[in-house]
Amino acid sequence: MFWFLAAPGTFWLVVFFLAPLAIVWALSFGEQTSLVDTEITGTLENYVRAVGTPVYLQIIWKSLWISTIATFLCLVVAYPVAFLISFVRGRWKMLLLVAVILPFWINLLIRTYALLAVFRTRGFVNFGLEWIYNAVWLDTLFGRFQPLALLYNNFSVTAGLVYVFMPFMVLPLYASIERLDKSYLEASLDLGASQTRTFFRITVPLTMPGIISGIILVFIPMLGAFLIPDLLGGTNAQMIGNVIERQFKAANDYPFGAALSFLLMYATFGALALRAFMAGRKSGMEI
Amino acid sequence: MGVFKRASQGPLDYHRRLWLRLYVGLTFLAIYAPIITLIIFSFNDSRRNIVWRGFTTKYYWKAWNNDSLFEAFVNSLTIASVSTIVSTILGTMVALLLWRFRFPLKSAYEGLMALPIVVPEICMGVAMLAFFSRVTGFPTGWIWPFNLSAITAAHIAFSFPFVAIVVRSRLAGFNRELEEASKDLGASEWQTFWKVIFPFMKPGVIAGALLAFTLSLDDFVVTFFTSGPDTLTFPVKVYSMVRFSVTPEVNAASTVLVAITIIVTIIAMRFQSPEKMARG
Repeated sequence: MFWFLAAPGTFWLVVFFLAPLAIVWALSFGEQTSLVDTEITGTLENYVRAVGTPVYLQIIWKSLWISTIATFLCLVVAYPVAFLISFVRGRWKMLLLVAVILPFWINLLIRTYALLAVFRTRGFVNFGLEWIYNAVWLDTLFGRFQPLALLYNNFSVTAGLVYVFMPFMVLPLYASIERLDKSYLEASLDLGASQTRTFFRITVPLTMPGIISGIILVFIPMLGAFLIPDLLGGTNAQMIGNVIERQFKAANDYPFGAALSFLLMYATFGALALRAFMAGRKSGMEI
Repeated sequence: MGVFKRASQGPLDYHRRLWLRLYVGLTFLAIYAPIITLIIFSFNDSRRNIVWRGFTTKYYWKAWNNDSLFEAFVNSLTIASVSTIVSTILGTMVALLLWRFRFPLKSAYEGLMALPIVVPEICMGVAMLAFFSRVTGFPTGWIWPFNLSAITAAHIAFSFPFVAIVVRSRLAGFNRELEEASKDLGASEWQTFWKVIFPFMKPGVIAGALLAFTLSLDDFVVTFFTSGPDTLTFPVKVYSMVRFSVTPEVNAASTVLVAITIIVTIIAMRFQSPEKMARG
């Protein structure tokens, strides 16, 4: 019975998931010997190249920066949403939660495409700005409206990441605010602390586990994002994902792409280990 | 002062604060406005896609009659169906295994099973590319629908752990005494499974299957790396259209995909928490 249940799933995981990953891992220590052949030589050169070449190092830094800023913005946007949902009662709570979850089910590509139509030179933002511009007669003063270049820069990539990943942040925050014992807030307010002080000294520290898991949940996929920087960033705002894609498609340099994608994997594992460590420390404290 | 309702607001009634409500309202507007305009403009009778010029469904017909788009759509549905069936079976078996048995290194095994969920999509995508192109050489040049088997295998790999999680959380609520009672009353292991355990976990299995279906239908990154020139799927086709221009035809195609996923998801949510949906 045990083997009957264990065999198929394990087989599939090993053959179609672990083996491919192992191949990429092996490739990352390899060298391109000809156009189609790669030899696994145990070299670390690919990793050295990834963190030693200014161009790639710069892209790695930029990916980290953009993801950090976008994660922070997600937190700032999501916290009030989660806060409100956890204080609402009844029917509205359910509706708001569904409204948060629904975007998960809309294709990432379509959500990114929807933003494309918003940020384009002839998109809705510029269209709206032009309308306001003309409505207040600025066009007679300064001439025709010059559309803003909102697309294909770091701004559009950051905005896209926040837009796509914000719902992922709301759920863990909501879970921890919901668990928060509201009498602490009452006590703090009764003892004379202001609302602001209560929020930063009581609510935020007590919901820290939710904040941390939200940050990790959002930061990891952002760091490996490919589609958003590809469509919204163009050639000006590339992230690691785009470089990896190029190595495996256009540049056909598998070993280097493999090294980059494993750097991303290590970063992911590091973040997950950090989360497990935090969770472990927390439960240790509770005992 | 008593005229103002605000005076009766308690210090903890945050959900009554106007500014907080406005803030959250604006956030939801920002989330939904782009998608809703995308859907509305799929009915717009203008190629320019920015000014409303009247209602039309011609772009839906255009998308329908676009042969490669249609083929991609059929491919996607085929992949999603096969992937759903296989990953539901595999995921359910893994869920039963983890629910039923204790074995050495169980938590490590669970960690491995969760790996496809946490690994960045792009890493999984390139791994599939390296695996299928360099190692096996399969399945280029096979006849339809077998040329889709690489993509399907990859989809199963990232879907079945999700099914396992959904089914297992359903099984966690199972009262073991029912199983014992069934065996006491003379039912065999097999009969107990099909007459007692399976009916209980059925909502979880269905919810898991629908989740697998939407995961497969929605996947872009992994498919993008696994697909060859003759194995186009719907998201990959839409991607190549999007790269060229923003057209109402793409809007129409996207709207169809959004509609399918949302319908499937609503059904799944009903199965996952029927009592909650009935109340909500």
